[in-house]
Amino acid sequence: MTTEEFHPKHALIRDERFPNVWCPGCGLGILLQSYLNAVEKSGIPLDQQVLVSGIGCTARLPGYAKFDSYHTTHGRAIPFATGMKIANPELKVTVVSGDGDLFNIGGNHFIHAARRNMDLVVICSNNFNYGMTGGQHGSTTPLTSRSASTPYGNVEPTFNLPYLASALGASYVSRWTVMHPRQLAKSIRMAMETKGFAFIEVLSPCPPNFGKFNGFGDGFEEMEFYRSKSTVQNDARLEDVSIDPFHGKPVVLGDFVNRKRPSYIMLENELVRKAMGVKK
Amino acid sequence: MTALLEPGRYFADGNFAITEGALVGGCRFFAGYPITPSSEVLERMSERLPKLGGHFIEMEDEIGSMAAIIGASNAGAKSMTATSGPGFSLMQENIGLGIITETPTVVLDEMRAGPSTGIPTRVGQGDVMQTRYGSHGDLAPITYAPNSVQESFDITIEAFNSAEKYRQPVIIASDQVVGHLSEVLEVKPLEEYDVVQRMMRKHDDEKGVFSYTEDYVPMFVAGTGFRGNVDSLTHDERGYPSNEASVEKEMLEHLLGKVKKNEEKIVKYEEFLVEDAEVTVVAYGITSRAAKQAVRIARKKGLKVGLFRPITLWPFPQRRIEEIAGHTREFIVPEINYGQYSHPIREYSRSETREIHFPPGAIPDYGVILKEIEGAFK
Repeated sequence: MTTEEFHPKHALIRDERFPNVWCPGCGLGILLQSYLNAVEKSGIPLDQQVLVSGIGCTARLPGYAKFDSYHTTHGRAIPFATGMKIANPELKVTVVSGDGDLFNIGGNHFIHAARRNMDLVVICSNNFNYGMTGGQHGSTTPLTSRSASTPYGNVEPTFNLPYLASALGASYVSRWTVMHPRQLAKSIRMAMETKGFAFIEVLSPCPPNFGKFNGFGDGFEEMEFYRSKSTVQNDARLEDVSIDPFHGKPVVLGDFVNRKRPSYIMLENELVRKAMGVKK
Repeated sequence: MTALLEPGRYFADGNFAITEGALVGGCRFFAGYPITPSSEVLERMSERLPKLGGHFIEMEDEIGSMAAIIGASNAGAKSMTATSGPGFSLMQENIGLGIITETPTVVLDEMRAGPSTGIPTRVGQGDVMQTRYGSHGDLAPITYAPNSVQESFDITIEAFNSAEKYRQPVIIASDQVVGHLSEVLEVKPLEEYDVVQRMMRKHDDEKGVFSYTEDYVPMFVAGTGFRGNVDSLTHDERGYPSNEASVEKEMLEHLLGKVKKNEEKIVKYEEFLVEDAEVTVVAYGITSRAAKQAVRIARKKGLKVGLFRPITLWPFPQRRIEEIAGHTREFIVPEINYGQYSHPIREYSRSETREIHFPPGAIPDYGVILKEIEGAFK
């Protein structure tokens, strides 16, 4: 085999696990690539990179990357990652999971990790539905849109994720789409440099489910629709950035929050040093 | 106190003993959620761990606590949580995660009256079957049931050792009375305690994440360069998920087999006058202390009765129960529930088994057990 036959990211992926489980037109391959680009640029030793996920399509991503990876239970990636990070603060722990995993079943853990300003990178791939189980609606499904469990249209308002994360005190908050791979990679790198809780929402298509239920021909058409509605506004009023493109609202993207706040690990390490009687 | 307990005699309760035993056993990470009657463990951990360079976090719930201790263990720390019935119910899914990912950790379930919120401040033994079958799927749990402050201390060290040796969550099913009663605790010099240290995989180990042909391979710890995948899905030895029934069979038979094959090493029990017993009382936890009193009095009355006290509820002490059934014609199983441990006793002894149902909420009365013993001799 010549070197040309290797994937360009050969050193960072588990080749033997490809092809992956994702559907044609899915955005998760782009998210994986963006994450790997960010890892390369970050300069953080590869052996310190850890990926943790819950359950769902996005949660399969860590299994394809050649780092210490942990595929845990539905909704529990954040507390699992919290335990890892506290036990070994040298680790660069990234949680990557879907909207259903992080905000429906796992919502409680998200709000507490953000409130603690826990030193984690949390990437939420938001495809507006539960992809792996066949496209049921969740807390990110836009109002009036269809899903396998909202055949008459969704009547529940959605979470505004950047607003939520910011209100809880996260050090870093951004939103991009998989149609913005360079901005996304840069955003993940910035999140890795953040002290405290860093949250990135990534909009991604789900062609066989949310896309199909809402009249999109394929993944590209769904993403082109979001891209055409998108506007980059780093200083957006986060109260106003909920996602409702089906009623003419722009999809606001950007690096919304990047602030210095004491992080959990900083404060906890200080507490341990004091308790042990170690002088600064 | 900045170090581990000095050797000596202490007057302490079970929650103190479990906390200090855990620290001797190497626990350096605790995640928990306050719940009666085990909250004192959480409180004491919050004070003690930072002094030892360990870590404590009060989580948002018991689901998160269980996830956090499995995460911490995978990052190299010996870890623990403490709870009671309602919290133990919430932990079941992630106990399964610890089983399938072969992650050592320790869970204290200090049983109180149930179901649901029950009587938080009063004793029960209704979680015994939950420690066996609570998490979905097939599993071979290891559960200890201490009956004194001294045993709470000693058994917690052993629980940490078993967690490391068999690479799985180990449960301590104590109860509200043992947790809160105060009596003498003797602590030996530290070097006299056998503490199993965490074995770590070499980063260049060619083997997979798991091995299904060896009972034990050291686990890899995050950040040491192994770069492996740990999965809650059914997985092969490489740690990669699989939908194949053949892989499920291989994995599951390893997970169950590593406990089954070592049953003789794991199983612990105490016997009192069992050798010539025509009737044997089987009791664990606080109930065993009432049972012992009843057996003592019955013996004075000339009744050939003995007490078998399982210290490991699971794995079930099958071999010994079958042996005792050879000379004992009847078993009596008093429990603070409506009949749980009596079922495997009946199943494996194939003998007449009387149940005594002490309603949760009160300490068992030895007189009730004595009356049942006398009844068995009529």
